[in-house]
Amino acid sequence: MLEAELNELEKDTPMIQLTINGKKQQFDGDPEMPLLWYLRDELQYTGTKFGCGMGLCGACTVHVNGKAVRSCQTPMSKAANQNITTIEGLSATANHPVQQAWRDNNVPQCGYCQSGQIMQAASLLKEKPKPTDADIDAAMKGNICRCGTYQRIRAAIKQAANTKGGK
Amino acid sequence: MQKIEFVPRRTFLAHLVSSSAFVLGARAGAFDFNGATTAEMVSEADKAAWNPNVYLGIEPDGKVILIMHRSEMGTGSRSVLPVVMAEELDADWKRVSLEQAIGDPKYGSQNTDGSCSIRDFYDTFREAGATARLMLERAAAQKWGVPAAECKAQNHFVVHAKTKKKLGFGELAALAKQQPVPKKEELTFKSSAEYRYVGKELPTLDRDNLTNGKGIFGIDATMPGMVHASIERSPIFGGKLKSFDDKDAKTVKGVLQTVTIPDLTGPTMFQPLGGVAVIANSTWAAAKGREKLKVEWSESPNAAYDSAKFKQSLLETVRKPQKVVRNVGDVDAEFAKASKTHEAEYYTPHLAHAPMEPVAAVAEFKDGKVVCHANTQNPQAVQDTVAQALGIDKKNVECHVTLLGGGFGRKSKPDYVAEAALLSKAVGKPVKVTWSREDDIRFDYYHTVAAMYMKAAIGANGKPTAWLQRVAYPSIGTTFNPASTHAEAFEMMMGWNDVPFDIPNHRAENGPAKNHVRIGWLRSVANIYQAFAVSSFVDELANLAKRDSVEYLLDVLGASRKIPFGKDYINHGKSLDQYPVDTGRMRNVIQLAAEKSGWAKKKATKGRALGIAAHRSFLTYVAVAVEVEVDNAGRVRIPQMDIAVDAGTIINPDRVKSQFEGAGVFGTSIALMSGITAKNGEIEQSNFHDYQVARMNEAPYVVNVHVIKSDAPPAGVGEPGVPPVAPAICNAIAAATGKRIRELPIRRQLA
Repeated sequence: MLEAELNELEKDTPMIQLTINGKKQQFDGDPEMPLLWYLRDELQYTGTKFGCGMGLCGACTVHVNGKAVRSCQTPMSKAANQNITTIEGLSATANHPVQQAWRDNNVPQCGYCQSGQIMQAASLLKEKPKPTDADIDAAMKGNICRCGTYQRIRAAIKQAANTKGGK
Repeated sequence: MQKIEFVPRRTFLAHLVSSSAFVLGARAGAFDFNGATTAEMVSEADKAAWNPNVYLGIEPDGKVILIMHRSEMGTGSRSVLPVVMAEELDADWKRVSLEQAIGDPKYGSQNTDGSCSIRDFYDTFREAGATARLMLERAAAQKWGVPAAECKAQNHFVVHAKTKKKLGFGELAALAKQQPVPKKEELTFKSSAEYRYVGKELPTLDRDNLTNGKGIFGIDATMPGMVHASIERSPIFGGKLKSFDDKDAKTVKGVLQTVTIPDLTGPTMFQPLGGVAVIANSTWAAAKGREKLKVEWSESPNAAYDSAKFKQSLLETVRKPQKVVRNVGDVDAEFAKASKTHEAEYYTPHLAHAPMEPVAAVAEFKDGKVVCHANTQNPQAVQDTVAQALGIDKKNVECHVTLLGGGFGRKSKPDYVAEAALLSKAVGKPVKVTWSREDDIRFDYYHTVAAMYMKAAIGANGKPTAWLQRVAYPSIGTTFNPASTHAEAFEMMMGWNDVPFDIPNHRAENGPAKNHVRIGWLRSVANIYQAFAVSSFVDELANLAKRDSVEYLLDVLGASRKIPFGKDYINHGKSLDQYPVDTGRMRNVIQLAAEKSGWAKKKATKGRALGIAAHRSFLTYVAVAVEVEVDNAGRVRIPQMDIAVDAGTIINPDRVKSQFEGAGVFGTSIALMSGITAKNGEIEQSNFHDYQVARMNEAPYVVNVHVIKSDAPPAGVGEPGVPPVAPAICNAIAAATGKRIRELPIRRQLA
């Protein structure tokens, strides 16, 4: 291949750089590919789940610069130069107050949606350290739990709000 | 908190414990809820009852290894059941590790559905634990030269009370192995007062991994060198592949090839639907390639399937006399002389399981054998299905069970694993099949659509003197036998031929219906629509009589008694002596739910009221009292739900509670918003925007679960919470608004 052609190719698909759980990563595949599949298929961060592919269920929730975002609706082009946190990076010891509260309340049943729920709840508490029931509904209604653990999720969020407030 | 260790990688018993370990095989006669009905629905595995099915190993270092042969989909069965064995063994829970079994008929039924893990294996696991304990005690006695009766197991040791000598389980393993296996009559069991673990709220095995992202589900499973597949299927059930053009699909970066999966022929069973698979090096590339496929399908006999028309045909069926499935007295004679009768028709739609994790599997076909990892409720059905699809012996199918991100019955049907195996054979590499949400909603084994007709003759005080109930729906039997017309016996036992009312003339009927989609079982199965009709209609009669719904329901239920249903009543394969239909226990849960809900104190106001419904299913008695608020726009809010449960013996109260909390939400989805419809043979819904399930703001704000303490044999907990929820909500709505809901889901019916 000619050098000019190679340069042209590189221009078409510029290398995407991003930070995931504090680690710098480079990606040179399809810029349209959702961040979800990059995390799962290429980096084996499988804690982030596929649920609907349309931003309807919240199972794929990660943090982009500290804020809850649906990774199935985030193309790699938009993830470029961003700081991404997945459930695996929320706490080095898995002891984020939200995770602790989830365990204390025995929230998970099948557990599949819980990574997304935890990431969403952590983002909520960052914005609103003392959320009301209405705040919790508004923040969490995008995260479906088919097992129906909602009341424990609510209880765990309130517990985490109290522990965080006491810190 | 005590912890148990999970050993994820070991698979076969031969590799599991060292050769000096003491290994005990237990036996069980497991009953599959399909088992007693039709021969074709019984797999080889189910017939092989009394095969060894549970293994307990004790390593020389004292580690106790329990093989868990049930799948974990959120009900806690793989965490809870081993506790029973550890308890009788008197093991130290901290020194117990659990191993997930691969699919193998030697374990007995591994089909984790029918709410039967505890019910069917409780005795087995107790006996296995007690047997091992006795053999350890006898080993110690032999070593010390003292009577065995003086030796007692205590927390992972055997202790000689007189001399205070003690030996660890590990030290005794080799000698225990040489003891003759005691007869069942020689075993002793702990009293409930002696329990250290049973009845306590031990954390589940998977709790930590489910909060740190490390739990491995089917969708997370990988095999070295695997490729990904996305499969285009006929949008109409029964459509066959005519032609396809994959030129554009192959231009997508990452797409490797396309493969045809043969059309489904013969009974549906668990075989793949057929279609065209795009194979690629990533999930994303496979899905993108699939979008560019151009596929033509042949006309299907189901192309005219239209839910609106089908509803009318089912209703016409139930307006006419049909096959009698239960008869008491003479309903017709009573109707003829009654001065007052009441009739109602009810209708419920198809439902999709929609577990949060779609079905997914990775499989490798190599040297005539298949190794696969799947989110399956039934690894032996995987063996059968894959073997049939590939024409190999089921012994050559090794199925590893991952965590399941919900199951609800969908993951008992391993069509997706056969897809992965067939594709692996075609491409010569391990293949991962991941269903999209659209695949999940459009190609499910749907919960069936049902129509019910009810009629009662009203006697003194508004109490029914005759009761007729008639139902028609495409049966689950159609999935196994295309000629099936009527419901199976196991469907009839789910709240149709076992309505425990004290009515002198009572007839239940069942009419024919044909399927136009794949029909499957969904959490609580036929109980959903059958309980909806029965529990709604009895409340209609209470309203008509202007009597309190709880008091009326108790009156119709009658005095506490055990109802001697005949031989046709299969009672989940359990005898009526052991698991009677006991109206006393039913009355109990009704009274408890009512009391806890504040029934006597909270009077209905405009737009706000309580409703009640009660139902026995999976041998468990459940009553739901629910408070609803209906606003001026017809939106329903549920501030509180109280569920009273008598499920017999309970192993882990917290996990029991969680199952009923979840059932409250699952039932709310069924009542308020979920429904699948077909038009021109195609399913009209495709994702969570049009197949809606309850979200946090729509779910009951709180579900209080009240579990009755009982020493009765354990029943079921995964499913029985669901059936009474929808009728309880509709009964509350009737009390709050005067409007009777007779068709689900409610959606905008109150607007």
